[in-house]
Amino acid sequence: MRSARLEPMVRFGGLLLIGLVAFALLLLLFGRNPLRAYVDIFASTLGSAYGFSETLVKVTPLLLTALAVALPSRIWLINVGGEGQLYVGALCATWAALHLADWPRLPLLAVMALCGFAGGGAWAAIAGVLRARGWASETITTLLLNYVAILLVHYVVFGPWRDPGGLNYPQTAAFGDAAILPAWPGSRVHLGLLAGLLAVAAFAFVIARTRWGLELRAVGGNAEAAHRLGLPITRYVIVLMVVGGGLAGLAGMAEVSAIQGRLRPSLSPGYGYTGFLISWMAGAHPIGIIVGAFVLAVITAGGDILQMTQGLPGSVVNILMAVMLFVVLGRPRARA
Amino acid sequence: MIAIFVRSLLSGAVVSGTPLLYATLAEVIGQRAGVVNLGLEGVMLVGAVTGFVTMVHTGSAAAGVLAAALAGAALNALFAWLVIDRRANQLATGLALMFAGVGLSALLGARYVGRPITGLPELPLPGLASIPVLGPALFTHDLLVYAAVPIAIAAHWALFSTRWGLAVRAVGENPVAAFAAGRNPRVLQYQALLLAGALGGIAGAYLSIGVAKTWAEWMTAGRGFIAVALVIFARWRPLRAVAGAALFGGAIALQLLLQTRGVPVSSFLLDMLPYVLSLAVLAAWGGSGRRAAPASLGRVFQGSQ
Repeated sequence: MRSARLEPMVRFGGLLLIGLVAFALLLLLFGRNPLRAYVDIFASTLGSAYGFSETLVKVTPLLLTALAVALPSRIWLINVGGEGQLYVGALCATWAALHLADWPRLPLLAVMALCGFAGGGAWAAIAGVLRARGWASETITTLLLNYVAILLVHYVVFGPWRDPGGLNYPQTAAFGDAAILPAWPGSRVHLGLLAGLLAVAAFAFVIARTRWGLELRAVGGNAEAAHRLGLPITRYVIVLMVVGGGLAGLAGMAEVSAIQGRLRPSLSPGYGYTGFLISWMAGAHPIGIIVGAFVLAVITAGGDILQMTQGLPGSVVNILMAVMLFVVLGRPRARA
Repeated sequence: MIAIFVRSLLSGAVVSGTPLLYATLAEVIGQRAGVVNLGLEGVMLVGAVTGFVTMVHTGSAAAGVLAAALAGAALNALFAWLVIDRRANQLATGLALMFAGVGLSALLGARYVGRPITGLPELPLPGLASIPVLGPALFTHDLLVYAAVPIAIAAHWALFSTRWGLAVRAVGENPVAAFAAGRNPRVLQYQALLLAGALGGIAGAYLSIGVAKTWAEWMTAGRGFIAVALVIFARWRPLRAVAGAALFGGAIALQLLLQTRGVPVSSFLLDMLPYVLSLAVLAAWGGSGRRAAPASLGRVFQGSQ
């Protein structure tokens, strides 16, 4: 029992270490000082109360986008569309915030969350239906839908929803106070963090303790056998994609409501893709998702810091992420 | 007026279709050997930056293209090791390869962003280039454009008319049977993926030194994923890939042309066209096209644990 709980932690730590060492070697190769880079990353994120709170701000969407991947992965669906689902969720939540601006806070936030979930879910449903009918792999359709979703958000903020008083910035009008998620005083850490943690807990409960979770295990274990037992496989495919997409959509709602306060084109620094990485690193394990979201929030925030202090492009942290994923995917297995 | 429009459209289709053709050929060859590589996007990016940086330092277009091909093959070798020797999930490994390509290309190109170069020289084909309308549209390009269709023909010949191609296709259909018949699936898949990496690198190099004549982060903008959709449209046949690349190149050219002509439709909506078209192609051909796919492609249900 004890080792079963300890093993994923050890595995996770080992992977992280290999990733950090490989990335350090690469930086050395390019004539940068990897120690300086790591000191910069960790000091800026974990070294101060402000840095820590900003890391938690990034943990929030990552928990949800990781779940958006983890849930469909229970039956081996590969959802790489978290990024697009997040954007469409943000778009729909923005619609509610702008059109129902005179509503009181509680119902307005509830409707925004609902719209965010519905938007992300609907976006994922496209890929889910195509997959369930056997028409197209969800992996490639969710990837392509990411591009369409981001262009859609660009279209509305440059076009119909653009704030005329926005000094030429492509963005919508600012949301009213009632449309802003409450935050911890003096920081940007908002209610979404609690929602994300609750969602992970609900995910853990559903897969481990409910009949539904058991059926998912049956479908994931042997789809053919589950089908013969009368489990509706196509319905599972669509439902899991919709719920997963909905969770990513919630992340989008939380970002526009609590962080941006309006819809902007630069909504996410790739939270959807990072969530994919977290879920695969954690093997879709709930505790692994929480730890992974925290670690990758540090790395994501670190990317911004490297840009400022080392003159490295922010996207070099993608290498660090890729190396970690390579290590997970290529690790030795008992069963080939 | 119409002549100018047709000329711009055809010329644009050739320019937009060429990188798609190289990329689609890369994916066709890999998938014929039974391996899906979603990391083509990353391979293209690394090819683009390597070709560009090499050309900045050597001034030689040939060296740039060669370096891009080698860099693409090197990145795909890593992918091949993971999916063939380590038996990693192909789809997830491909995506990790994409991340790696995005990051590596950003790191390699950090000092070169926005720096202009002369790029690949334009070589009007003697005689053909003076044909009205068609000459400037089709026969006034660079060597990578002229080489694209012959390479597609060569790929078709290699896959369908040589012993090597037969062996590669056998591995994609049924590696166990191919092994029993005395073929080495591992070696053949490595060969196919190295070749695919080289073609993917060239596809990227064409974007940086052929079209944009500069380097920008993530300049492939999803073309690697569009190429994966085009493979299905092409039914895993290199010659059909030429038609697919021409169609998509034409769509992109039309969309760009409409934008420059000030058509009152948001450029962001027009930019969606290639992606939506790819989705439509997948939905239309994905199901019925399954039968044309190599039988042992991908192993999607292999899982992560």
